[in-house]
Amino acid sequence: MPAAIGAAKPEAESSETEMKPPLPSTSTARTSTRASAGRPAKTIETRDVNLFYGDFQAVEGVTMTVEPNKVTALIGSSGCGKTTFLRSLNRMHELTAGARMEGEIALDGQDVYGRGVDPVQVRRLVGMVFQQPNPFPAMSIYDNVAAGLNLSQGKVKKVDRDAIVERSLRGAHLWEEVKDRLDKPGAGLSGGQQQRLCIARAIAVEPEVLLMDEPCSALDPVATLAIEDLIGELKTKYTIAIVTHNMQQASRASDVTAFFNLEATGRPGRLVEIGPTEKIFTSPSQQATEDYVSGRFG
Amino acid sequence: MTALDGRVLPDWAPYGACAASAGLVALLLIAAGSFSIALLLACTAVMACLATYAWSRAVEGPRRAKDRLVTLLILSAFALALIPLLSLLFEVAKRGIPGLSLEFLTSDARGKIGGGGAAHALVGTLVITGVAALISVPIGLMGAIYLTEYGEGRLRRALTFFVDVMTGIPSIVAGLFAYAVFALIFGPGIRLGVMGSVALSVLMIPIVIRASEEVLKIVPNHLREAAYALGAPKWKTIARVVLPTAFAGLITGVMIALARVVGETAPLLVTTGVVDSINSNPFEGRMQNLAVYAYSEYRTPGVFKQASYDRAWAAALLLIVIVMVLNLVARLIYRRYRTETR
Repeated sequence: MPAAIGAAKPEAESSETEMKPPLPSTSTARTSTRASAGRPAKTIETRDVNLFYGDFQAVEGVTMTVEPNKVTALIGSSGCGKTTFLRSLNRMHELTAGARMEGEIALDGQDVYGRGVDPVQVRRLVGMVFQQPNPFPAMSIYDNVAAGLNLSQGKVKKVDRDAIVERSLRGAHLWEEVKDRLDKPGAGLSGGQQQRLCIARAIAVEPEVLLMDEPCSALDPVATLAIEDLIGELKTKYTIAIVTHNMQQASRASDVTAFFNLEATGRPGRLVEIGPTEKIFTSPSQQATEDYVSGRFG
Repeated sequence: MTALDGRVLPDWAPYGACAASAGLVALLLIAAGSFSIALLLACTAVMACLATYAWSRAVEGPRRAKDRLVTLLILSAFALALIPLLSLLFEVAKRGIPGLSLEFLTSDARGKIGGGGAAHALVGTLVITGVAALISVPIGLMGAIYLTEYGEGRLRRALTFFVDVMTGIPSIVAGLFAYAVFALIFGPGIRLGVMGSVALSVLMIPIVIRASEEVLKIVPNHLREAAYALGAPKWKTIARVVLPTAFAGLITGVMIALARVVGETAPLLVTTGVVDSINSNPFEGRMQNLAVYAYSEYRTPGVFKQASYDRAWAAALLLIVIVMVLNLVARLIYRRYRTETR
């Protein structure tokens, strides 16, 4: 089963269909199928995940499920391991020197950390948007969106690429603003536009899951609202996990909220509670959660 | 008077202090009967520093006085560094321009006693450095990519250390190394243009590695992560994201390395030899180059001494012009392709 992720994309799809009959068969023309709304997205399940940087344990024993077609918000005070945990979901964690992971993370039942699983393949299925907008400075707006295709796949026909770029930019609510200057450098856009460009870039490769690491923390309220609207729309196609420090954002934009906390500095972060956002914000079962969401600490 | 404003020296104060010091020093030196430009400049600098400090301290207080003193010291150091450079450029231009002519640039020296030009040396310089660049740039660039993107731990540190050591090896040693390698294969007494290129590569590779490494290091890590998050394999991340982002800096590094070796004399003396006719094939026969040309014109001027000396100066001037053009091209490329990175 892990080999399916490790294998080339079309094979991975076919073996998924074999493995999970209820999934409607994905056609070979990936450019058209993924665009349709309401497609079943994938579930991420983690069990007893421990994450380390060298000797320091950053995250301890996280067991949770990121449900498909929902927005899962990860909240908690700084340094409690939310971002570290998020990065472990698409195997970005191991890019840090000395970083280690224990436990299990599965994408629709397939072990993401299994032997023979190619992390590059995992990242094609699980995309990521970062805290700081990071368009490639040497590329135009068009090339930035097409970058994922060029970087992760082979040659894509010009016509198809044009279509994907337009669809991704429309999907990120950026098309109208940039359609006349696609050949201009991406770094010339405003912060909010850059972040939407990065979202367009991430969805251009049509991942199964979209991870967002505080995507709005560098943006003003208007740009933040635009991104939140976008997130609400994207969840019809993708499974979304978002790290945020902004409590209003979590309550506005997410369906499920997971609260992380650390008992003391130097101790690993733990998952305190996970549940429907409404419940977490109105009647959490843990005192720590209640204190945090009501602003009594953190 | 509030705490925020205080008495300030007039805007002309530093210039006035310098001019007054110069005048006073000149008078004193003439009176002492030991006037010389060098002594005047040195004493003026010291005098101006002291005078400005004292004047400013009396009027403006100690903090501003210190500021003015240090400003003057830094300016003096800068001027001191510029003097040899400017005098060298001036001298080479003054003596080199008379020897520059169309004939100098277009004809070789074969069979032309007391005449001829340096075309063979110019061609040789371009071919030898060109081939050296062809050898060094790929090796140096890949070495830098290894050091920044792949190397870890002790091996990486050891390599960095030896690259640093390599930048300091005497150029004649590089020449002898190249000679020894080719002599082992082709027998002693061999002289080829490509031998010179190999010798120059030994000097150039560490410079290219160091310059490229610095440039690759400042490509922000978040760009690499963005590429990885899109499912890009490492090699594509480097080829499509890291290298294009660093492109302008990489070209500058290569150009600086080229400028550094284009004027080398010693390693070419033992590897490419001295010859009078144009040879543009680096794989056959001896090859002249500008630095060795200037050296041999000066060393063995023959019958018409002054003409030979003029040609030596002209060759030196030509070399400086080539280095300047290389630097200018590097700057233009840098400006054209520079990418803003946070």
